[in-house]
Order: sequence, then C-alpha cells, then structure tokens
Amino acid sequence: MNYIIKIHFVILLSRQGKVRLTKWYSPYSQKERTKVIRELSGLILTRGPKLCNFVEWKGYKVVYRRYASLYFCMCIDADDNELEILEIIHHFVEILDRYFGSVCELDLIFNFHKAYYILDEILIAGEFQEPSKKTVARLIAAQDSLVETAQEQASSISNMIGQATK
Amino acid sequence: MAGGSSSSSSSFSTAPAPSLVDSLFQRSLDDLIKALRSQPAGAEPSLLSRAVAEIRREIRSPDPDTKAVALQKLTYLSSLHGLDASWAAFHALELLPSPSPLHKRLAYVAASLSFHPSTTDVLPLSTHQLRKDLSPSSPPPFSSLALHLLSLSASPDLALHLAPDLLPLLSPRSSPSSPLRPKAAAAALRTLSVCPDVAPLLFKPLVDCLSSPDLRVVSAAVGAFAELASSGDPTPYLPLAPEFYRVLAESGSNWILIKLLKIFTRLAPLEPRLAARLVDPLCDLLRRSSAQSLVFECVRTVFSGLPDHDRAVRLAVDKVREFLASADDPNLRYLGLRALSMLGPRHSWAVEESREAVIRSLADPDPNIRREALHLIMVMVFDSNVVEISVLLVNYAMKSDPIFANELLDAVLTTCRRNVYELIVDFDWYVSLLGEMARNPHCTRGEEIERQIVDIGLRVRDARPELVRVARGLLIDPALLGNPFLCRILSAAAWVSGEYVEFSRNPLELVEALLQPRTSLLPPLVRAVYIQAVFKVLAFCFSTYIDQLEISQLSSLGNSTTGGASSIVESNTAAAASCIADGIAGMESTDGIATVGPLSENDEVEVHGRARNLLGLIHMLREILTWKTEEQGFIKDNRIGEIVNLLQSMFSEELGPVSVNAQNRVPVPEGLVLEENLADLAWTLTEDDTAPSMSISFSLRSHQHGKTKDAAASSVRSASLLAEHRKRHGLYYLPTEKDETESNDYPRANDPLLPASQGDVPEDLVKLTKQSLIPRKVKHTKPRPVVIKLDEGDGVSTFPSTTVKESKDDLLSGAIHDALLGEGKPSSSQKRYSDKSSRGRVKDIADTGESVSQSKENLESGNREHRSSGSKSKHRGHGKERHRSPQKNEEKEEKNHRNSARSSHHHERHKHRPRGEALLNVAPRAPVIQHFLL
Repeated sequence: MNYIIKIHFVILLSRQGKVRLTKWYSPYSQKERTKVIRELSGLILTRGPKLCNFVEWKGYKVVYRRYASLYFCMCIDADDNELEILEIIHHFVEILDRYFGSVCELDLIFNFHKAYYILDEILIAGEFQEPSKKTVARLIAAQDSLVETAQEQASSISNMIGQATK
Repeated sequence: MAGGSSSSSSSFSTAPAPSLVDSLFQRSLDDLIKALRSQPAGAEPSLLSRAVAEIRREIRSPDPDTKAVALQKLTYLSSLHGLDASWAAFHALELLPSPSPLHKRLAYVAASLSFHPSTTDVLPLSTHQLRKDLSPSSPPPFSSLALHLLSLSASPDLALHLAPDLLPLLSPRSSPSSPLRPKAAAAALRTLSVCPDVAPLLFKPLVDCLSSPDLRVVSAAVGAFAELASSGDPTPYLPLAPEFYRVLAESGSNWILIKLLKIFTRLAPLEPRLAARLVDPLCDLLRRSSAQSLVFECVRTVFSGLPDHDRAVRLAVDKVREFLASADDPNLRYLGLRALSMLGPRHSWAVEESREAVIRSLADPDPNIRREALHLIMVMVFDSNVVEISVLLVNYAMKSDPIFANELLDAVLTTCRRNVYELIVDFDWYVSLLGEMARNPHCTRGEEIERQIVDIGLRVRDARPELVRVARGLLIDPALLGNPFLCRILSAAAWVSGEYVEFSRNPLELVEALLQPRTSLLPPLVRAVYIQAVFKVLAFCFSTYIDQLEISQLSSLGNSTTGGASSIVESNTAAAASCIADGIAGMESTDGIATVGPLSENDEVEVHGRARNLLGLIHMLREILTWKTEEQGFIKDNRIGEIVNLLQSMFSEELGPVSVNAQNRVPVPEGLVLEENLADLAWTLTEDDTAPSMSISFSLRSHQHGKTKDAAASSVRSASLLAEHRKRHGLYYLPTEKDETESNDYPRANDPLLPASQGDVPEDLVKLTKQSLIPRKVKHTKPRPVVIKLDEGDGVSTFPSTTVKESKDDLLSGAIHDALLGEGKPSSSQKRYSDKSSRGRVKDIADTGESVSQSKENLESGNREHRSSGSKSKHRGHGKERHRSPQKNEEKEEKNHRNSARSSHHHERHKHRPRGEALLNVAPRAPVIQHFLL
C-alpha cells in the first residue's frame, strides 16, 4: 500500500550502531525494519565528518545529523526538502534537551518512552506538528502530571491491600 | 526487588498462569536495561530470549500492572533490539481501555509500534476503544493517543469506520486552541490516503482548517494538502489556490511557507495566471529570507513550477550559485547541484554559468556530491559535447577511487548507448573510448562494454575497421587476461576480430594472440569464443590465400580478374597478403596445434567441440598444402574450389541485430490454438516437472559449423612445444607498452586533452572542459554512419514513466475532486464498506457513478492509450524521455492495460446513462477558477 506521507521513519543510532529509538510511519514488517536499520547504519555511520547530511537510499533520501554520539536519521521522499528535515531534527533535539536538561544518550536509553511521547508531539503520521518548543514542553508536562496523579492514587494503601489479597 | 528475579521466576516457567509471586518479583524495565548493558557482547541473544520468555509469561497476568510492565519491556526490546512483538498485539489491545493513564499510554505506544495495518489481525477489535477515546468527552491526552494510533495503523476498514469520529475534533467548535485539531488534521490525511472513500466527509472540515486563527491548525492543514497535492494529480486542489494564496500572504511562519510552496510547485504549471501572481511573492522571499530551507524551497518552486518567468528564474539561479559556492557547507553544495538538475534543457544556460563549480564538484570529498554532479553533467550531454564530456569523465575515472570510477564509466556507457547511440556521430572515436575504458584498472563494467562492442559491430558497418583495431589492442595484451572483470570484454573483442577479420591488418598476429598460453586463465565459455574466432580467421586466411594465388595465376595468364577476387584482397596490402600466406604455413605447423591440441581434451564441451573443429580445419589445410607440393596447377583442382566456397559461404552471411519484438512478428500458424492445447496439457499432466517451455529461441542464421570433418586424431603434444612457443613469442610474456593503441595511426579525437591526466585534480577538471555544456551547432567533418535501427525493437523503452502510485492517486484525487465540486451531494460510500481490495474499490467507484472522476479517468486513459499507440512514430522526437528502465515500462504497459480495461468498462456504462449529467458536473470548474483568480 502506498502511503501519502512525508517522513517515513525516524531512527536514532549510536555511533557504535546501537539503536536508540525507532519510529515507523510507513508500515514496515519487523524483518524489514531490521534490514533497514542494518543498511542505514552501514551507509551513515561510515560517512566522515564535513560531508553533506543526506544519503540516497533505495529511491528515498535519508537526512541525518549527528549530535554528540547520536545520529538522528529521518527518511523522506527524494523530492522533499532536506533542509526542512534538518531543522525538524534540530527542533526535536532542542526539545529533548529542554525536557531532560542537556540530554545525553543515557537519558534516552532509560527514558525511551518519554522520548516517544515527545516525538509524538512533534510528528504525527509523519507530519511535522508543533513549531513551538514551549507548547510541546507544556503538553508533555500535562501528560506527565496526569499520569503521576493517577499513579499516586493507584499506590494508595487501600489499593495495595486490594492487590495483595487478590 | 528484582535482584533474584530471573532465578526465582524461572521456577514458575511451567506454571500455566503467572502468580502473585511473579508480579511481586517482576523485573522492571530499568532492571532489564541494566542487565542488557552490563552483559558482555556475546551473551546478548541468550539474555534477550530469556527476557522474552519472561515477558510471555508475565503478559498473561490478570494484574494490569504486571501486564503493563511486561508490555513496556517488550516494546523496548522490539523497537531497540528488533525483536518481533506482533504476537503481543492482543495484549496491547487488552490494556487500551485501562482507566489508568499510565497503562493506557504504555498500551498505545506498544500498539502504535507493533500494529501493522495489513498484517495485524486483531486490528478491527480496536475500533470500539479508539472511537471511545476519540470522543470529545474523553480527556484530550487520550484522544491524542488514539489519533496517533489511528494515523499509524489505519487499515482501509478502520479508516472508513472512524472517519466520522474525526469530525468533531476537526471542527472549530471544539475548544479554539485545542492541541487536538492539528493532530486530527494529520490523522485525517492518513485516513484519506488509505481510504479515498471518506473524502466527501473529511475534505470540507480540512479546508475549513485553512482559515483557522490558530497557526498550528493552518500548518497541519497546509501540510496535509501539500502531501495530497504532491503525491497525486494536483488538479482537484486548483480551486483552493486563492485560499492558499491568502495564507501565503498572511503567514509569516517558515514552516507553513515551505509547505505552501510545495503546493504551488504542483499547481503553478496547471494555471498560468496563478504562476504569474506567484512571481512577486517568490522573488520577495528569495531576496529577503535568511532561512536556507525556505530559499531552497523557493528555488525548487521557481525551477519546477515557474520556468517561464525569467525574472524569478534569474534570481533563483543566482541563489543556486551562492549555494554552489559555499565552501563550508556541503549540504548547500549538494542541494545546489540538485536544484540545477531540476531545470530543464531549456535553461541549460544556468548550468553553463556554474560550469566550473559543477565540474569541480566531481572531485568533492563527498561521494554523494560527486554523484550528484555526475548526474547533472550527464543530463547536459548533447551530441555536440558528448566527446568532450565522455573523454573528461573517462580520463577522470582513471584517477578516481574504484567505486566512483565505475559510476563514471556507467554514466558514460548508458548515456552514449541511449536510444541506439543517438548521441554518437564519430563511432571510431567511441569505439576507441570503449577500448580505453576496458583498460581502466578499476573497470568492472565488462558486461556492458561487451554488449556495446558487439552491438556496434552488428549495427554500424563503418565502425568495424576501428572495432577490429581496438579489439586487436585488447587481445594482444597478455596483462588483461588475468582480470576476471575484463574477460567479457575480451570475449567481445575476440568475437569482433573473428567476425570482421577482413579488416584486420595482420590476421596471423590475431591468431597468435587468440592462442597465447595465458588464455588458459579465461573461463571456458570465453575460450570457446576465442577458438571460434581462430576458426573464422583461419577460414578467412585460407580463402584469401587461395584467391591471391588465383589472381596471380590468372593475371599471369592474361585473363581479367573475375569477381572471385573480392574487395577484401584489394584493401589488404600485398604485405598483408604475404603475411596471410605465411600465416597458413605457420598455423599449419606445430604452433596452432600445440595450443589447441590440449584443449580438445578440455572438460568443457563448448571448448572441446570447437577445438576439434579447429583441429579438423588445420588438418584439412595441411593436406591441401601437400597437394600444392605435389602438383603445381592445384588451383584447377575442383576440390579446393569447393572447399573455398564452402568455407566462404559458412561465414558469408552478415549477422545483424535482432529486434526485441522479433518473436511477435512470427505469424502464428492458422489452426494453432495455444491456450486450449496448454489447458489440455495442464489438465493431463499431473506432475509439473514437465512444464512446457514458453520461450522459443531462434537465431537469424543457423550456424552450421558443426560438421567437423571427422576430427583428426588429436596428436598428443608434449610440454616442450609449449616451451618452444614461449621462446618464439616472448612478446606475450613481457609487460606491454600501455599506449599501444594510442601509438597507432588513427588520430585520436581527444589528443589535445590527454596531457591533463596528471596534476591537481579539480583544476585539471576545470581546464579539461573549456568546452561548454550547452548544446550548440557543430559542423561534423564526416557524416554520421548509418546505425541500423529496428523500429519497434529498440524503442520499447519509450513511454514516459509514471509512478506506481498512479492508479490509487487517481482514485483519491477523483474522490477529492468530487468532494470539492459536489459538496452538497450525499456520500455514496455507505455500501462499499466490505470491499477490501483496491482493485475492487476502483470498480465500485465506477459503479456508483461519480461521473466527474469517471469522465476524467476516461479522458486520461484515452490520452494514455493515444500516447502509447503514437509512441512508435514519436520515437525520434522524444529522445530525452526515452531512457527508461524496462521494468517501468512493463508496469506502464500493465497500467495501460488496466486503464484501457477500465475505460472500456466506462464506455459500457455510458451507454445506459445520460451523457449530459457528466457534462453538467464538469462544466462549473473553469468558471470557478476564473472567478477566484481574476
């Protein structure tokens, strides 16, 4: 099935080729996903510094950018605007940075769900959503507090007793 | 808590259901991550499989917390370690209705990562929960999660069912600054794209989003339209142009502007008045904007949308030159090259202006930039500059790294081959260039070069002498024999020099080259070609020799020469003739047999058989020579005359190119009903190991060289003969002089440029092309030789290509067209729910009769049919478009088929439906646009 879509997937790779986050907006089976990641890490991690941030891959274009030890990669159609994607990547990194307070790879490893929530505020269905960093931060905070209050209620004593006697 | 979890929980591995102990001692995600990180590299797979076993047990727990944590761990493992999570789709579904926001969030993330619209079979089960979470009464974060899931894994069914639930979220009545509205717009786009039937429902709200005061909503809506317009037929969106134009004028956000420009790129070519109105704002943006992404988008819009507006093009080209000149930003250099390649040949002046930068980019450190530059240069190749550019690239390939060298060679080969060598005027030059490519140490394109050498031999009569000369250069170089990539080229060279031996200056030398000992390095099939070539050369030498004798005898008798002495002899010098005579003597002696003899024992039947043929010929020749010594007047011997005639007729018929469509032209004999017979066969044959072969092979002439004159007993030759050969032909064991071909008398087309092959690369490159890239008139000193073309055969690959998406997009844009023009019409999609396959849907739409899209489709398919039928006659004119891969053509042809099938379908329908209705619906379109734009 052909999807009308802007960004086909987002992958975060570490310099050693470890996957730190994947999000697929076009449908890929698990097998295809593994293959894509393998091919792309071969393509991107081998590229030296001071080269352009775009690689052609199977008729698509993968835009990547390295931040410290992490490569942020997004796959788009060949005739899409690469510079725009670079700005989206940067936007994403800035929001992560703001949320985690100078984000590092470990933050993403141990809070991978949070990274997904943030990404979901920026991209939906492969479309860029939210230009304002402040709004994203506010939305994420609202979600977090919703979850936290629910958690507090859930972990009240009565609840624990209820669970233990189940 | 999780310290000893793995050991304690393993004791429960046989338990059918997880217990409380399980949930108490469950490993959290953090524990799992830490365990994975502290693991030595090799142990990961076993740890992962243990973790999955754990998760499989925990996920069945009735306790939602345990289940949620298990799901979370699985999500982590599947998204970062590539483990399969599709088996847990149902468990994710189980958690979706959870009242706990945490669980719900986990479940939604798990579902959105693992659900697949076509393979997840529990997907329909999520419909109800999604609808519930989408409803305005549920908290916005929940709706947001549901929108995400819907947009990621919408199947056509799901899209159809949930589209009405998107309406309240899309409408401005939901709280004005709701963060959900832009998300709903994005989800609506996805819903539309998987299920065009919902267009009547969703399109209007989406259009309303354009006039929202909230910039995020506008941005999302514009983004949706940008994707819709750029992925299919943009015509249906043309009536919205004024709306887009208004947003363009009002919006200051670069994000929105970029998306808008994408839409205008598609719309401007459709409506000249729109293009004219765009020039000013675009020029303004080009001048003022500091955001390179926006500038690049402007450039793209100008180049592909407004190529007729010189002012805008001029400004955009200046920007591109700035891009190309930015030394510190490879991205801009890359995009500059890409932008230039968007310009059509009409604006080749722009490339010409930046020629130096483009050529310099061939030496860029970034391979992607090099490739882009190469691509751009190849687009600029015309028959006036093909020589300069090809020589430049082939020379540069000598110095560049192996991968790029082959890309360069590829580019030259494919460009020059295009449309039966349409660009090549001087085939002598091209043939020698092919020879030069073969000598590139990195060359791995043997197959293509082989194909072209043989092809030119067959098609271009005038190029044959040069071909033979180049082939000789390749064959006598023993250094080339060891390179496995070159053996295909050598095979072509051997074939050429055998087939066109009459142009050879020294056939004897050829025979020696073809039989040199190092040929044992070649694969058997190539050796077979070599031996066959020797056979041809020998046969030729023999008949020439006899002819020669005949002439001398006849002339000494005072008779006039008859047709027997062909032009061949005349073209050969006397020296060559004597050489041939020597050759026979030489061949006939031990020499040839020494090499061929052992071959007759070869395992490979091809080599074996041909070696036998050759030996048979040699033995026969030897006998003839003995006749000569016996009686002086042997010419009068009838047997010799017969043999000469036989040999000549064996190779006299000229080989020609075979049309790809030749098979089609074989008339089917009357009374032969293929399908029926085959159907019978299929019915009668139970085992399928006797599947009938569908391909019938045939050749232009049957090569009856087989009947070897009862192969003479192959004389066993000792190794000493080989040693003797080495002594005699020491030449073949010395390193050859590289420039042998160049030292020959033929004036090289590229001589003046050769000295540039050393020194600083980019400077040289620039120097090399004093020649401009733009086409200009040149006077050719010699006329282009005739190139045999087979009308249909060579032109199969000519239809303009289309994207695979087309049929689907037609469907979508047709539906949107409807939604836009017939907004009042009730949706007729209600009864089509069950139909799943897109083919089925195509038919359905036709049946329910949305006449606008129908008549449009009719028009299109009609056009296409016209194009494909007319393409035969248009071949010559459309040279640039013709270079398409055959695959695409197949697709295209298939599509033609389908379309024509569809259109015939429509025709049938039109019979019993009033024609006026269709016209009525089409008519309002033109006035609407006029009204908006003027």
